[in-house]
Amino acid sequence: MFGRDRSLTSLLNDTFIRGILFQALIAIGLFLSINWLADNTLSNLANQGKTLGFDFLTRTAGFQISPTLGTWMLDYKVGKSTYTDVYLIGIINTFIVALLGILAATVIGFTVGIMRLSDNLVFRWFSSFYVEVVRNVPLLLQLFFWYFAVLRAMPSKREKLELVEGVAGLNITGLYLPAPIVSDGFIYSFLSLIGAIAITFLVRRYALRRQAETGQILPMFWIGLGIIIILPVLVHYLNGSPLDWSLPEFKDTGPKLRQGYQSGAGMVLVPEMLAVWLALSLYTAAFIAEIVRAGILAVNRGQTEAAYALGVRPNVTLRLVVIPQAMRVIIPPLTSQYLNLTKNSSLAVAIAYPELVSVFAGTALNQVGKEVEMIFMMMMVYLTFSLMTAAFMNWFNSRVKLVER
Amino acid sequence: MAQPQNTAEQSVDQKTIVSMRNVNKWFGQFHVLRDINLSVDKGERIVVCGPSGSGKSTLIRCLNRLEKHQDGDIFVHGIELNNDVKNIDEIRREVGMVFQHFNLFPHLSILENCMLAPIWVRKTPRAEAEEIAMHFLTRVKIPEQASKYPGQLSGGQQQRVAIARALCMQPQLMLFDEPTSALDPEMIKEVLDTMVELADDGMTMICVTHEMGFARRVADRVIFMDEGQIVEQNEPEAFFNNPKSDRTKLFLSQILGH
Repeated sequence: MFGRDRSLTSLLNDTFIRGILFQALIAIGLFLSINWLADNTLSNLANQGKTLGFDFLTRTAGFQISPTLGTWMLDYKVGKSTYTDVYLIGIINTFIVALLGILAATVIGFTVGIMRLSDNLVFRWFSSFYVEVVRNVPLLLQLFFWYFAVLRAMPSKREKLELVEGVAGLNITGLYLPAPIVSDGFIYSFLSLIGAIAITFLVRRYALRRQAETGQILPMFWIGLGIIIILPVLVHYLNGSPLDWSLPEFKDTGPKLRQGYQSGAGMVLVPEMLAVWLALSLYTAAFIAEIVRAGILAVNRGQTEAAYALGVRPNVTLRLVVIPQAMRVIIPPLTSQYLNLTKNSSLAVAIAYPELVSVFAGTALNQVGKEVEMIFMMMMVYLTFSLMTAAFMNWFNSRVKLVER
Repeated sequence: MAQPQNTAEQSVDQKTIVSMRNVNKWFGQFHVLRDINLSVDKGERIVVCGPSGSGKSTLIRCLNRLEKHQDGDIFVHGIELNNDVKNIDEIRREVGMVFQHFNLFPHLSILENCMLAPIWVRKTPRAEAEEIAMHFLTRVKIPEQASKYPGQLSGGQQQRVAIARALCMQPQLMLFDEPTSALDPEMIKEVLDTMVELADDGMTMICVTHEMGFARRVADRVIFMDEGQIVEQNEPEAFFNNPKSDRTKLFLSQILGH
């Protein structure tokens, strides 16, 4: 470059200068567009006589929200609770359905994905059928299916479909389950659970030592499961079962208007939440199943053969050789599915489950009219959820990464 | 299948470690093994050669059930190889295998690669398994790499680890499936040297390989296969200097011609 012809064209052909030039151009362009957007927004708001500000958050909200976990946790009352409460109720309801959805989708997805690779013909057909049907029907349609076709078709408010006699039942108003009522001695049952976990760790250490001395391998999973279940249950009953259950109460006598499930007894999962949960987890599970299948197939056949040739049994091979290697292929797309599920929960607005978009962008926005602030607040929530999920999954991914060189 | 027959078989011939009788195998329509009859004695070193697609890999993969034969009998170490999972497990414990592409477990360190089977299959205490692993890693001359991962090693080193991993199960028989075919020329020697040492220690070996120098040097018997059949087998001297069939002559002229 030096000492040669330094005309403008030759400068532009230099990769270093080119790089800087293009980056500068893009930065300027970006700055100008953001500036224009902000300016435009502010002047439009001024034209409508509006200002930016978050003072609406302390105002009381004057609308009803259907009873859900969020309203119960914040004790929502019309005319008393504020828009901050509405915001938090939306967050809680979104969070709970996303969390339950992720758990269910993971379990169903892994099961179906492994089933699709099974030698068993029935398993394989069933899982292929499930995946092909569920992932090819729009999520919104599935949401409508579960809500309108299944849950709205349940017996009416004055009737019930008994699932477990006197304990659990279903009708159009929701799924009724027993609610736990904690009394004094329950703390011991809880402590014994923690104790059981501690004991399991001790047994695990013993198992490792035993392996080191005799080579015998204990079935730690089953032993641990046994201790963690049996010990707290034993303590609980010896202590006189200090946990009561409030059973759902159903009346079919008395005044017609009072018949049906009684409020205040047991707990109820509203049909909107059930529908959202079912639709989200079943839909996402179909994608997770394909991811799991792809991950397992991506592990070279030679890995299984090498383990078999050493005499390692197929189940141990799957656990110690195949799954750990499949995980590094599975985790990145799995993270995307978790993020999708969380964001898809906003479709619940279509059946009026009071999650964030429904209560905040729906009813609250209509009444307050602070579009910019409220949309911004909601975007922050989804961004936070997503970044938290991604951070956790990245941490997990770095643990299963391969050392290359 | 019948258990008494097994023991009878074993008592008749304690020396035999592998016996194949009229073994046939098909991949779909393709007849990959045709009426294979083969008997291998303890301590014998056998080299199997032949053109690609002649069934030599399939032959040794049938000996530990990585492939299932469809017809005929196979006895390994006196145990009949059939659908009985117990028999398959028992045979796989006694038969080590080394693959063309090493197939080390990339997510485990070299030491863990070597300890996996002793711990989970032989139920060896961890400390002892580590001792065994280090012993064999020393024997293949890479004890200093024990804490590294397979991806950090050269091809030749990886293949030597694969040999050590198989030896950690202290097998009665070692199968080699083209162990040097995926290696750079200068790494072939280090792997062959390891195999020669193993042979000198009296290990029973069946090697599928194109390394004719190795065959001349260590083999007790060279087997030539073509189109799923054993065409010719003989001691290396006679095999290389005085091949009987025309097919063998053609093959040898092609691989030794340059």
